[in-house]
Amino acid sequence: MYVVGDSIDTDQIIPARHLVYSMTVPDERKQYGRYALSAVPDRGQGLPEGHTPLTAPDAWKSDYSILVAGSNFGCGSSREHAPFALREAGIEAVIAHSYARIFYRNAVDGGFLIPLESFSNLIDVIRTGDELQIEISSSSFKNLTTGYDGLLKPLGDVAEILRAGNVFEYARQAGFIDEK
Amino acid sequence: MGQTITEKILAAHASRERVTPGEHIWIDVDVLMTHDVCGPPSIDIFKREFGQEARVWDPDKLVIMPDHYIFTADPHARRNIEILRVFAAEQELPHYYDVGSARYAGVCHIALAEEGFNRPGEVLFGTDSHTCTSGAFGMFSTGVGNTDAALIMGTGKIWVRVPETMRFVFDGELPPYLMAKDLILTVIGDVGIDGGTYRALQFTGEAVYDLSMEERMTLTNMAIEAGGKNGVIEADSKTIEYVRERTDHVFEPVYSDADARYESERVYDVSVIEPVVAKPHRPDNRASVSEVAGIRLDRAYIGSCTGGKLGDFRAAAGLLKGQEVRIDTFVVPSSTHVAEEMRVETIGGESLWDIFVNAGCKMGHANCGACLGGPIDTLGRTTGEEIVISTTNRNFPGRMGSRDASVYLASPLTAAASALFGVITDPREVLV
Repeated sequence: MYVVGDSIDTDQIIPARHLVYSMTVPDERKQYGRYALSAVPDRGQGLPEGHTPLTAPDAWKSDYSILVAGSNFGCGSSREHAPFALREAGIEAVIAHSYARIFYRNAVDGGFLIPLESFSNLIDVIRTGDELQIEISSSSFKNLTTGYDGLLKPLGDVAEILRAGNVFEYARQAGFIDEK
Repeated sequence: MGQTITEKILAAHASRERVTPGEHIWIDVDVLMTHDVCGPPSIDIFKREFGQEARVWDPDKLVIMPDHYIFTADPHARRNIEILRVFAAEQELPHYYDVGSARYAGVCHIALAEEGFNRPGEVLFGTDSHTCTSGAFGMFSTGVGNTDAALIMGTGKIWVRVPETMRFVFDGELPPYLMAKDLILTVIGDVGIDGGTYRALQFTGEAVYDLSMEERMTLTNMAIEAGGKNGVIEADSKTIEYVRERTDHVFEPVYSDADARYESERVYDVSVIEPVVAKPHRPDNRASVSEVAGIRLDRAYIGSCTGGKLGDFRAAAGLLKGQEVRIDTFVVPSSTHVAEEMRVETIGGESLWDIFVNAGCKMGHANCGACLGGPIDTLGRTTGEEIVISTTNRNFPGRMGSRDASVYLASPLTAAASALFGVITDPREVLV
C-alpha cells in the first residue's frame, strides 16, 4: 500500500493540465494512471520516506492497489478525473481519516474506488510498502507486515451504490430511472 | 422548529414540507452548468447510460459555458471545445456560449450571474467546485462530478445529503481597505480547510448586505475552500434588482425561518478585521498582511471567478492609476462583459483597461486557465519557482501550474498594492 499526508487536493491527485485527455479513448485514458498523484511534493510521495512516485516514471500503472491518506483527502476541485486517475493507476480502495465531499461522492457515484474512513489518522502507523488486508464486511483492516489491525467506519448508505456498481445502476434498481 | 434557507430550498425541490440535515433525498434540478473540461466526459457518460440518441431532460435548463482552456493551442483542449459544439448543435441547446462567437461569455460562475441563470430559491448544479458561487443569489448551488452531471442531463434529478448550516454574521461597516476576499479568507482561516465539510455556509449581517452582488459572490465562491457544500446569502432588494435586469424568469425568494437551527454561529465585527492573505500552500494558512509584509514577489495575478470581476478591477485600478508595477502583473477579466466594462468605466477620465496597460500590466482575455495551471501556453500560468500574489481561490502545490511555485491568496487591493512595490504590501500603505 501507498501512503500520503493530509489535505491532498485534486490538483495534486491529477494536475489540471492533464485534464484534456479523453477518459474513454484507451491510448489517452492511460495518461491518468501515469500522472496520478504526480503533483504531490517529492517528500510527500509515499510516506514516511517520500520520493516514491505512485506510478513509476516509465509506467502506466502503479504497483499499489490500496492508498492510505490523512484527513480531508480529495479537497479542492470537483474533477471526477481525480478518483478516475487513481483507479486508472490501479488503486481499488482508499482509507482516509476523512474526505472532501465532492471527491467522496465522485468515487462512489462513478464506482471508481471504495472510499473507506479510519477512526484515527493512520499515516503515522502505516508505511508505504506495507501489505494491508481490508475486510469490507466487518469494516476492518490488518497490516500484514506489522500485525497492526483496526476497525474502519461502516460505509453506511453509500454501500448500496457501490454494490450496484455506480449511481446509474443504483438508480435503476431503486426504480428512479428506466432500464437501459 | 424552523428550517434554514438551504433546507427549505432542498425540501421544495424534493416536493416535501421539510427535510432534516443528514438525510439523503432526491431533488429536481433547475439549472445544470458544464464547461470544456468536464463537459466532454459528462457527455460521454450521458450517452453511455442513456443511449447514443438520448435527449437531455430539458434543453432550456442546460447551460454550457466553455471557459477553462480557451486561449491555447493544445490540440486536446481544442478538441474538447469541438465536442461541446457538436453536442450543443445535436441537442439544439439554446444556452451554449461558443468560443470564437459573439456569445463567448468567459468564466462560468460570473457569466451565470450576468446571463440571468442565478435566481433566488432555485437549485443549480455545475461540474465545477466553485459552482457554490451562485449561492450569493439566495439559491442552492454546488459542484458535482461528471457522473452526477450525466445523471442530471438524463433525468433532471440528483441525490443530495441535506447539509447542516454554519452561520457567519458580519456586523459593522466595511473599511475601504477591506474586500470580501479578506472576510472569506478570515472565515476559512478560522474554521479550517475542512471545517465546513458537508455543511452549508450562510453569510449574513449588515456588512454582507452592504456588499455589491459581485462582492457577495466572492464570499460564496470560496465556501468550498472550507470544504462547504454550498455557500448562501438570502436575497435582498439588491439581489432581486440584479436578477430582474437580466431575466424574465419567474422566481420565488426563500428565507430561513426565524427559529431555524444552525450548526454554529460566528459573529464578526468587520471594523477590526485586517487585510489578510492565505500563505502557501493552503487556503486556510491565514496571516494578516502586516505579518507577511515585505516578502519578495515575482508576480501578481488579478483574475478568476474569485478576483476578476469588475469591482475587483475597479479596486485594483484605483491603486495603480498613474503608477507602474514593479513585477510581472497579469490582469485577466473573468468575463467578456467585465472586459467590455473595463474599457467603459473610467477613473479620472482614464478607463480601467488603460490604467492597467499604462501601469505595465499584461492583459489577458476572459478565461480561468491560469488559476488552475491549465495548458503550458496559458497566459499567467506558473512554470518555475515563482512567488505569486494572486486574487484566485486556491494555492495548493502545483495549483497555478508549477509544483515549485508559491502562491499567496489575497484581495485585489492587496495584490495591486503589492504589485507596485514587488513585495507583499498592506493596501493601507497606499490608499489615500
